Amino acid sequence: MSILDEELMRLKEKVLKMGAMVEEAVKDSVRSLVERDNDLARLVIERDHQINALDVEIDEESIRLIALRQPMATDLRFITTAMKITADIERMGDLAVNIAERALELNEEPILKPYIDIPRMREIAQGMTRDALDAFVRRDTKLAMDVIMRDDEVDDLKHYVLQELVFFMAQDPATVSRAMKISFVAQYLERIADHATNIAEMVIYLVGGKIIRHMEFPQADA
Amino acid sequence: MPEVELEARSLDFYYGGHVHALKAINLTVHRKGVTALIGPSGCGKTTLLRCFNRMHDLYPRNRYGGEIVFQGKNILGQDTDLINLRSRIGMVFQKPTPFPMSIFDNIAYGLKLKGIKKRMDLSEMVEQALQHAALWGEVKDKLNASAYDLSGGQQQRLVIARALAVKPEVLLFDEPTSALDPISTAKIEELAVALKKEVTIIIVTHNMQQAARMSDWTGFLMLGELIEFDRTNKIFTAPSEKLTEDYITGRFG
Repeated sequence: MSILDEELMRLKEKVLKMGAMVEEAVKDSVRSLVERDNDLARLVIERDHQINALDVEIDEESIRLIALRQPMATDLRFITTAMKITADIERMGDLAVNIAERALELNEEPILKPYIDIPRMREIAQGMTRDALDAFVRRDTKLAMDVIMRDDEVDDLKHYVLQELVFFMAQDPATVSRAMKISFVAQYLERIADHATNIAEMVIYLVGGKIIRHMEFPQADA
Repeated sequence: MPEVELEARSLDFYYGGHVHALKAINLTVHRKGVTALIGPSGCGKTTLLRCFNRMHDLYPRNRYGGEIVFQGKNILGQDTDLINLRSRIGMVFQKPTPFPMSIFDNIAYGLKLKGIKKRMDLSEMVEQALQHAALWGEVKDKLNASAYDLSGGQQQRLVIARALAVKPEVLLFDEPTSALDPISTAKIEELAVALKKEVTIIIVTHNMQQAARMSDWTGFLMLGELIEFDRTNKIFTAPSEKLTEDYITGRFG
C-alpha cells in the first residue's frame, strides 16, 4: 500500500468516526426529548465540540494531502468529497444540539402529546445518515440513490407533524409555545435528512465524477 | 468545437522497419490549444510527437502507416517538403540546443535560410521573436554575446524564439523543462500558454502536474496505443479509462 493510500485510509476513518458520533448525537437528542432526559440533552450539547474538532482536523488533513501529494482523479475526488461531507456532518451535529436545546426547554413543560412522528422522522433520518456514510465507504451508488429517494418520506412526515401542530395551536393558544418548539424539532430533523442526501450526492460524484446536485429526480413511486 | 489543426488517422510507426512503436493512433489536435501527451517511459509519446514533423525520417528504415492530416493534406506522403514542414511545425527539445553563434544570429539563421537578407528586416524580426519568447528584456543589451553565455532557461527560451521567428503554425515540445529549475520551468510554461493564442502546441511531458497546468487536451499513451484522449480537466478529475486512472494516481502495475 502506498503512503497516499494509507493517508487516504486514515482520512476515511476520521470521516467515519465523525459520522458515527453525529449519528449518536441525533439519536440521543431525540431520546432526550422523548424520554425527557435533561442529562442526556446536556451530554449531546457538550459532545458537539468533539465533532467540531474532528471537522477541523479532517479539513486540515485534506488540505495537507492536496498540497503535498497532489492527488489526481479518484484520489482528488475522494479528498474533496471528504471535505464536503464533513461540512454536512458538522451541520448535522449542530442540528442535534438544537434538538437537545429544544428538549431542555420542552422538558420543563407538560407534554403536549405523545411523540410518535418525531421518533419516526429520527429513525429515517438516522438510517439515511448511516446508509449515506456506508455508501461513501463502499462507493455504492445504488445505496446512495436509495438514500436520496428516502428524503421525501422525511419531508412528508414533517408536513404531517406541522399540520397537526397547527391544529393544536388553533384549538388552544396556550399550546403555541410548545407546539412551535416541536415544529422546530421537526424542521431540524428534516434538515438532517437533507444533509444525509447531500452526502449521498457526493458519493455519486466520488464514484462516477458526475455532480448531480440541483438535479431533479423522478419521484420514488414514478 | 475548436478547429482541427492536425489529425492522426490510424497512425502506425515502426522503428528500423520492425519495432511496432505506435499502433493505430487516432488523435485530433485542436488549433490554438495546448495538447499534452503523457504516459510511462517507452509508451510512444515522444515517437508520436516526432511523427508530426517527420523527425523520424532522419534515420533509415523507419516506417509510417496511416495518415497525419495537417490542414487537409496528408504529410506522410512522398511529396511533402520536409524543410518547409519543419518550419511550419517547429520543435523544441529537452535540452536547449542553441547554435554556437551569437544570440542575434541564432534567430537570424532560420530567417536568412528563408531568404530574408536585409539587416533592418532581420533586426526587427529578431526583436519580435525575442519579445514573443519573453526573452527580449533579458538579452536586448547583449545580442552579440554567445548564446552559450545564457542560463539553461534562457537558452530554452532562445530556442523557442528561434522556432517562433519563422512563424510556425505548430510547435512541438519534447519535455522542454526537464533540464530546468522550477523558476525557469514556470517561465516556459507561462510562455507556452501565452503562445497558444498564435500557435498550436503539442507537448510531451513526464510531469503530470505540468500537463495539468499547461494543456487544454491530454492524451494518455501506453505500449504504443492511445488509451484515452480528452479535455485535460476530464482526464485529471474523472478519466474514463481505468488504465488512465491508475497511471495518474500512481497505482500503475
